[in-house]
Amino acid sequence: MESTVDNNLITRPENILGRVITSAKIRDAVKGIKRIKRSHRQIKAENVFRKTIIIIALATVVLVLGIMLTLILQSVLSIKATGIGYLWGKTWDPVRDIFGAYPFILGTILTSFLALFISIPFSFAVAIFLGEYYPKGWLPNLLKNTVELIAAVPSVIYGFWGLAVLVPIVRSLETKIGVQPVGLGIFTSSLILAVMIIPYAASLGQSMIKMVPSNLKEAAYSLGATRWEVIRSVILPYTKSGLFAGILLSLGRALGETMAVTMVIGNTSLIPKSIFAPGNTMASVIANEFTEADHPVYLSALIELGLVLFLVTVVINMVGKRLTKQFTN
Amino acid sequence: MKAQSNVKYRIGKSTGFQVLTITLAFACVVPLIFILIYILQAGITKINWHFITNLPKPVGEVGGGIANALLGSMIIIGCASVIAIPFGILCGIYLSENKTSKLAYWSRLCVDILQGVPSIVIGIVAYFWLVKPLGGFSALSGSAALAIMMLPIIIRSTEETLLMLPDSLREAAYALGMPFHRVILKVIIPCGISGILSGVMLSVARIAGETAPLLFTAFGNPYLSGNIFKPMQSLPLLIFNYATSPYNDWHDLAWGASCILLIFVLLLNIFTKLITRKWKVQL
Repeated sequence: MESTVDNNLITRPENILGRVITSAKIRDAVKGIKRIKRSHRQIKAENVFRKTIIIIALATVVLVLGIMLTLILQSVLSIKATGIGYLWGKTWDPVRDIFGAYPFILGTILTSFLALFISIPFSFAVAIFLGEYYPKGWLPNLLKNTVELIAAVPSVIYGFWGLAVLVPIVRSLETKIGVQPVGLGIFTSSLILAVMIIPYAASLGQSMIKMVPSNLKEAAYSLGATRWEVIRSVILPYTKSGLFAGILLSLGRALGETMAVTMVIGNTSLIPKSIFAPGNTMASVIANEFTEADHPVYLSALIELGLVLFLVTVVINMVGKRLTKQFTN
Repeated sequence: MKAQSNVKYRIGKSTGFQVLTITLAFACVVPLIFILIYILQAGITKINWHFITNLPKPVGEVGGGIANALLGSMIIIGCASVIAIPFGILCGIYLSENKTSKLAYWSRLCVDILQGVPSIVIGIVAYFWLVKPLGGFSALSGSAALAIMMLPIIIRSTEETLLMLPDSLREAAYALGMPFHRVILKVIIPCGISGILSGVMLSVARIAGETAPLLFTAFGNPYLSGNIFKPMQSLPLLIFNYATSPYNDWHDLAWGASCILLIFVLLLNIFTKLITRKWKVQL
């Protein structure tokens, strides 16, 4: 813009002095107005942008509150109909309108804790291996990435694999130890869950173990402690809360895991008699019966299960995050 | 003498524990390798051009493919990304620009909560927010549910990446008189793009295999459909439905579909790892 005007001035010698000055003045004035206008526009755009990101940050809060509110509102019907006894009612019979969630709560607790119990030695081994024994190098790096890939495999594929491979194995195991050979059941789902939740505790655990100050470890070594003694009496006590947070995150995953469990747990609404019996978890019963729920109270009872699941996982995750934050600070 | 044997015992114990740790650590990888090999073996022979371009056949007929599920998955994931990516990145920008504000605290808390919410619960919520008001199962509601699941990952990775950029970059841009939105969009985002991108890809990898929220939103559809207001098939749904059916033909389809899904998800993850290595983002 500027340069073209200047060129005009140079190439048109007939411009007399007075006219040039006036046009330059006008030009300056126009430029000034344009600049003001532009900065106005910029300020406006800046404000719009600032407001947009504030609104979006607000929207995340609204989203979570909305999720909670929706779950509460939709389960009001069931809460009214069954009261607090819902949580320990032992029968779930939609046909007769009896809704007791105890079999599913028990099923969830059994599968998750059994899975946790199986997976903890493995995930701690990974954490200690990567955090303390071999923090650097290509082999630990490979192990770390592979363990993280465990979390990447879709749960429906775990379920399918469990159905095709694990169920027959568990069935033959059950015939050997003399339980009714079903194959499907709490034990099978725990095995699958155990594999699925290894990475969560492992990756948090190893970053915690890496944060142990080396002077603590060196002090222990200088006193003549062996590696195992350092791990047991320095590293593990120091990272206690961090490791616990890792376990909680794993537990949160296990509680909410739906598809893999649904495919191998056997889906009955009876209270499981042993860990080899088929059962149901809260998540799997929702997955199975939600689209079949034919009357409002039934649907509402299922949503109440979802609400319980939501609240439990929220609490577990909050405590886990709080512990992690405390530790890192 | 006694002291020496004691020391030997302690060293032995230490070595024993080290061996145990290493064994257990590498034992974790075994199930993954088993699953990978099994699925690849069962699935790779089923995959051919016919499999990718045809619809599933009814039980009893040989052949058939998963074209509807492939298309459906692409559409559902695409819509979810369109919803979640701008939202997630903008929220991440807010969190990285306002580290201490009250809203940032609550927003961060909610992102943490959202990350832990079981996918099935998100499915329920999407059912009441979109399926019921729209009067039927639809791919759009499935996308919305998946978008909610993508959000925490995108927000977290954006926030972490932007926080790692040096303040001098921002200050230099401000010193040139650039307005806030241009500093963010023209300087900060381009500098952190690979970190943000890896978060986006990771979130896509996570939702690509997600089944639970789709059960009562996208619902599944045996026919080819491109209408996002109608029920739509997707890969994980197809795997779930066919894997739990009693028919061998359908199991074959499910193995092929699992193979495709697994390869897609793993490649996306590995690719993301390669990008993140440069950025060292904690996801």
